[in-house]
Amino acid sequence: MERKSLPFTIFIYAAALLLGLVILAPVIWLFIMSISPAADLSAKPLRWWPQQVDFSRYAMLLSTVENSAGAAFLASLYNSLRVAGMATIAAIALAIPAGWAVSRTPTVGWSLSVVIATYMLPPVALAVPLYMGLSYLGLLNNVFGLALVYLTILAPFTTWLMKSGFDAIPSEIEAAAIVDGASLFQTLRIITLPLAAPVVATSALFALLLAWDEFFYALLFTSDLRAKTLTVAIADLAGGRVSDYGLIATAGVLAALPPVLIGLVMQRALISGLTSGGVKG
Amino acid sequence: MSGSWMTTRAWLLMLPLLVVMVSVIGWPLVDTVRLSFTDAKLVGTEGNFVGLDNYAKMLSGSNFQRTLVTTTWFAVISVAAEMVLGVLAALLLNQQFRGRTLLRALMILPWALPTVVNATLWRLIYNPEYGALNAALTQIGLLDAYRSWLGEPNTALAALIVADCWKNFPLVALIALAALQAVPRDITAASMVDGAGPIARFRFVILPYLVGPLLVALVLRTIEAFKVFDIIWVMTRGGPANSTRTLSILVYQEAFSFQRAGSGASLALIVTLLVTVLAVAYAALVRKAAGSTS
Repeated sequence: MERKSLPFTIFIYAAALLLGLVILAPVIWLFIMSISPAADLSAKPLRWWPQQVDFSRYAMLLSTVENSAGAAFLASLYNSLRVAGMATIAAIALAIPAGWAVSRTPTVGWSLSVVIATYMLPPVALAVPLYMGLSYLGLLNNVFGLALVYLTILAPFTTWLMKSGFDAIPSEIEAAAIVDGASLFQTLRIITLPLAAPVVATSALFALLLAWDEFFYALLFTSDLRAKTLTVAIADLAGGRVSDYGLIATAGVLAALPPVLIGLVMQRALISGLTSGGVKG
Repeated sequence: MSGSWMTTRAWLLMLPLLVVMVSVIGWPLVDTVRLSFTDAKLVGTEGNFVGLDNYAKMLSGSNFQRTLVTTTWFAVISVAAEMVLGVLAALLLNQQFRGRTLLRALMILPWALPTVVNATLWRLIYNPEYGALNAALTQIGLLDAYRSWLGEPNTALAALIVADCWKNFPLVALIALAALQAVPRDITAASMVDGAGPIARFRFVILPYLVGPLLVALVLRTIEAFKVFDIIWVMTRGGPANSTRTLSILVYQEAFSFQRAGSGASLALIVTLLVTVLAVAYAALVRKAAGSTS
């Protein structure tokens, strides 16, 4: 219905090409660095594509030989998985009952505003007492301590997502089940939770991504392989004495892989989650 | 069922969350306030009550003032650039062209890339000796000699802003795109029949649909940018010559590098107050915009 002139079409394609290039170039360069021999990366003029593709750094970082770079990398990977997993499970467990309660009970709605407002707090406002508290409890440099601290970020966020999820499920369905003689907990378990399963999944994915990405608390509260997460390990590599830039790039690719895959596969759910707040506002 | 039982039940269901929130957010916040009136060290001494000394010292110090200016520059420029680039990208992605679905899918990449990986990636790109930026600019003849983008005070902040924008403008684009798709087609068609040019159409027909969602994005991005820590810590640690030191970095240095928990806490609360003022001002703005468009 709308006729496009030729110059306009050319302009659109040129702009699309430029946008695609801007988005992809840095990511592709990260990958190329990870498979280029060190000599190519320090060559002048710089070689944009390796003479010989070299995947050895991936093998190196994923090796389990004791005291190797790989062992340290894998330990931080394992720590990141444990901290993100524990914090996500705990956040969802807290968010489901709280989100449902706020959704079905208008009189306590204000409490959610308070919880969400804490999401605006800069982490530096909590860092010093959290450090002292964890130190007192012996939970510094400990994955449980870090997971607990991550709840400051994950719990408000997941509660808010769960609440909007429950809002979309009509409470009449629950009322009908209760009239039929089901108890409240039976109703929630059999009727509401299955309907809310997609929201639970989206909230859990967001929580995992947030925890995987976290750096500030991990930097402050962990100091060695027992608890150091992937983000801290990569920052150490980037700021340390490592002279092989390809190795740093390889660690980056490996750390980015899980969230990027989740992002691409779960695209639709993530975007609707990301934009729902915006569109409703 | 009576209303008061419903309310009690709701509080009971929220109890676990509230207990956790009070212990990991409520108590630390209150304790930060207490610490800010003491000269406590991070480890060891409990510290003595010193009244408002920390606040007076921090607010009058040149470190704080310079850092506030740096933070404001970082937040204003990067958020403004992200908004403009985001809306432009969304307008493009809302057009019909081949490969549109793929390009939309790619927009999730920078957002999904962990912040620390993004910072590391750009640090490598800006590398003074082997970085891709120096190589590319010299090879196409725009640059005579390699530069230390992150090592010179007059380019470091701009280099950081570019890296931050690259990661965050796609999110703004996705939010704006979702809003654009909510614009009814018959309205844009009708405006064309009425003879509205592309600029008038954007201003009077499309923009009203964008304002609400974009304001929310603006609020969240500004608050995030004001609290920025990760990308700066990984790329420059606030250097060179403190030219990229933001408020969160300053708090980190004061409380953890110098272990001055008391003055660090006072500085953290000043930052919190600034963020709160931003949040409240913007919330009012959003409410006003929502009222005027609906």
